[in-house]
Amino acid sequence: MTTLPPGVDPGLAHGRTALVEAQPPDFAAGAVGAEKPRSLFARGWEVFAQNKLALAGLATAVFMVLFSFVGPLIYRTDQVHVNLINAICPPGGAHPLGCDSVGYDVLGRLMIAGQTSLEVGAAAAFVAVVFGALYGAISGFIGGPVDSFLMRIVDAGLSIPYIMILIILAVIFAPNRVTMIFVIAAFYWLGVARLIRGETLSLRTREYVQAVKVIGGGGMRAVTRHIVPNAIGTIIVQATFAVADSIIILASLGFLGLGVQAPDTDWGDMLAGGLQYLQGGNYWWLIYPAGLAIIITCIAINFIGDALRDAFETRLQRR
Amino acid sequence: MAPLLEITNLHTEIRLRSATVHAVDGVSLHVEAGETLGVVGESGCGKTITALSIMKLLPTGGHITDGAIRLGGIDITALPEEDMRQVRGNEVGMIFQDPLTSLNPTMTVGKQIAEAVVLHREVNREQAMDRAVEVLDLVGMPKARERVNDYPHQFSGGMRQRAMIAMALACEPKLLIADEPTTALDVTIQKQILELIDDLRRRLGMAVILVTHDLGVIAGRADRVAVMYAGKIAESTDTGTLFRNPRHPYTEALFESLPESAAATRERLYSIPGMPPDLTKPPPACRFAPRCRYAADRCRAEEPQLLGDVPGHTYACFYPVGVTERRMGQVKAPKPEAVPMQTNGSAGPVLLSVRNLVKDFPVTKGAVLQRRVGNVSAVADVSFDIHEGETFGLVGESGCGKTTIGRLIVGLDKPTGGSIWYGGKDLARAREREYRRQRKDIQFMFQDSYASLDPRMRAGAVLSEPLVVQRMGNREQRQQKVAEMLDHVGLPRNAVERFPHEFSGGQRQRLGFARSLILDPKLIVADEPVSALDVSIQAQVLNMMKDLQRDLSLTYLFISHDLAVIRYLSNHIGVMYLGKLVEVGPADEVYLTPAHPYTQGLINSAPVPDPEEEQAKVHEGVKGELPSAINPPSGCRFRTRCPLAQDICADVEPLLTPFSLNGHQAACHFPLQDPVTTEGSAVTGVQSS
Repeated sequence: MTTLPPGVDPGLAHGRTALVEAQPPDFAAGAVGAEKPRSLFARGWEVFAQNKLALAGLATAVFMVLFSFVGPLIYRTDQVHVNLINAICPPGGAHPLGCDSVGYDVLGRLMIAGQTSLEVGAAAAFVAVVFGALYGAISGFIGGPVDSFLMRIVDAGLSIPYIMILIILAVIFAPNRVTMIFVIAAFYWLGVARLIRGETLSLRTREYVQAVKVIGGGGMRAVTRHIVPNAIGTIIVQATFAVADSIIILASLGFLGLGVQAPDTDWGDMLAGGLQYLQGGNYWWLIYPAGLAIIITCIAINFIGDALRDAFETRLQRR
Repeated sequence: MAPLLEITNLHTEIRLRSATVHAVDGVSLHVEAGETLGVVGESGCGKTITALSIMKLLPTGGHITDGAIRLGGIDITALPEEDMRQVRGNEVGMIFQDPLTSLNPTMTVGKQIAEAVVLHREVNREQAMDRAVEVLDLVGMPKARERVNDYPHQFSGGMRQRAMIAMALACEPKLLIADEPTTALDVTIQKQILELIDDLRRRLGMAVILVTHDLGVIAGRADRVAVMYAGKIAESTDTGTLFRNPRHPYTEALFESLPESAAATRERLYSIPGMPPDLTKPPPACRFAPRCRYAADRCRAEEPQLLGDVPGHTYACFYPVGVTERRMGQVKAPKPEAVPMQTNGSAGPVLLSVRNLVKDFPVTKGAVLQRRVGNVSAVADVSFDIHEGETFGLVGESGCGKTTIGRLIVGLDKPTGGSIWYGGKDLARAREREYRRQRKDIQFMFQDSYASLDPRMRAGAVLSEPLVVQRMGNREQRQQKVAEMLDHVGLPRNAVERFPHEFSGGQRQRLGFARSLILDPKLIVADEPVSALDVSIQAQVLNMMKDLQRDLSLTYLFISHDLAVIRYLSNHIGVMYLGKLVEVGPADEVYLTPAHPYTQGLINSAPVPDPEEEQAKVHEGVKGELPSAINPPSGCRFRTRCPLAQDICADVEPLLTPFSLNGHQAACHFPLQDPVTTEGSAVTGVQSS
């Protein structure tokens, strides 16, 4: 999964007895004269681009976004009016992927549903990660009883089965895109907070953070210059995975009928709609397109997340 | 009779994703039954891979590509994995460096030892457990029958290593491979473990391969030594000959890099320039040639063979050195000019003064309420002075509080009591803001430069950060200053664009040193700055520190567990034991005429790279293990391990009393020499023991 250059093992690097030590460059050789240093972004992109799966994932994700948001402009379908004449018509002719139980064109519906899934997924992930990361960072940096208290709140939240929270929240608030974002975020930030708190706790005791104190720097400098830059990789990677997770949570809610309400739809909602026709005959176009859309999107995003993790690792970057 | 183990022309490679490391490249050696072979070399020279090849326990991607390893006449390189399992643990036992990670924390020690017995002997569980008790007894585990049911975390480091040895010995192997068996242990424990291995070898008649980087360890324990460099054997002979008359320039350079070699004269150490070659692309000619001071054209063109003119002494060099006998300290090779050191006790005025310093760390229980259940007494009532321009060495075993003192002085921790006087102010009571300004003058050099440098910052940013924080200079001036510092520590100026992971260990330590220098401090607290480095790199760093002390008139508080390094560098030494300063005074006085039994024990425990001296050592090291600092012993804290302890030691805490007019003091009721009276005349200057 991770691509390690010779000898650089994140686990071993701190030990004194790495069996095989990477040979550091010989400065005396003068081979690296006045070479212009490249930006962190360029170096990170290079590591990212080495991962072929990640490139495929990125291409897929971009395709999904274009499909959902630009697609309807090219492939125009009526996704508002029910048209029972076309109900569950098989693929072919004017409807490449057939129609669903109330006569909406499945391909067009897939685009509309994709809009919801991607929007809600990205927005929920954003809200959850920003709030969770702040919460976790504050908790970890202050430490002591404050940390204990803040973390017990998270524990309490995590101890309630999440599907129950989601159902309750989805019932209280009328399900539309905006409420779905907050419903998902309200659950998802808990895990993020935990992760970032752990990261902060370990970063806070690092010697290079203590070194700031020795040179006379204050807490603000330690946080902004050393803790945040070193945690940002974890945060962004976490955010990437959060998008995929949020899409799945939204799909689960939609599947339970608690997602966005018709005529709006999401991929999970489409799956649920197709489910009742599963036993009656071969109505694959009601199941596979939406199911595949969810799976492909989430796998693509996960690939991106894996590669980002490497891209943010300074040790893996070439000059 | 054929030797017990015979390795011929062994080649071991480690295949990585993008390259192949030729870790062992044509090594031949043999071990006779009942002897100890020392394999010595710096990190990355292939000594551990050689040892692992014998066990066929190579890391991922490791393969033996050529050569034979004959154990009792059978070539084990050809053995299938199934048969190999009968060799491991049964015929060859192995001890690893870190006893904590090599024991399973969820199994009792007894079960782990019994496991090895059950695998190789036709016994039931009960008999296996009996055997476990037996071997634990053998390795000197007190109350073995009770402790056999304890888990690894209930043992101390030394006891864990004993348990590891017991496990390796459970099936009475003919050969024991000890890979850096004492590197993670304190000197006093190291001595105990090495003595144990030696004693067991004699009693059980097994052979031992002792792999280590420490020439001192080799000197006292090995019958023969093989010196490895860059995957090859550079020199191989019996221990006495090697230390008296090394023929390979690398061996010679290793000896001259040791601080012990210049302990008396305090001359500059010889340091091997450069770094070992990259073993993914080993150079075709002599591998040491690029770093060798005697290298000629021939060395860069062809590869020398391992030959010798005397039987039993082989070396791979065209132009061997040392035809005449030599002793430690006498150096024939040309050296840079010696740096005169002030050996006079009180050189300059007092720069920093520590008075009655106390630091307790609370031990808490519970997640939310964090009840305080006790204190770790890390530093207990310590007082000493550091004079301007001198090096004050603080030495002691791990857990003695030496690092805590350093951290208190630079303000990384707040003292529980006492004061730190600097520039007429008490730093212990200074306000945060005021303290921050003072910190400019007192800088800290971390032990692990890798952990203390932000991995996301380029060297330039790392070095200029202190200037930014202290608002010194504008952008150009800062860059100027950074470049100047890089020159000082011997790094090229283009290093500013590099990230910490792109430097080697020695270079990173230089970078860390440059950071602590950039604010033009007066005092640098250096916490074990060389303990993670190889001998040759250590010599480079020590020389650099000495040069800069002279050029920039710095004062050092040098913290180390290594008595030889401390003695080489320091004007004054403070010896700490369990939070107490037990002895303090001018370096040579403390070293040559110690007054405290602990200091004496520490000196006796430290291995000396001289076989005659090491084997002639009659003094005992320090017995037992460091007691817990949560409930330190009453009275004198050393009494539980002291050979001279009497009842008074448990009741009355000894105070520091003077032993010379130069400020030599020790805290002991029964010192090894007589104290001087307060009037200033020595009662006797003769050692009483």
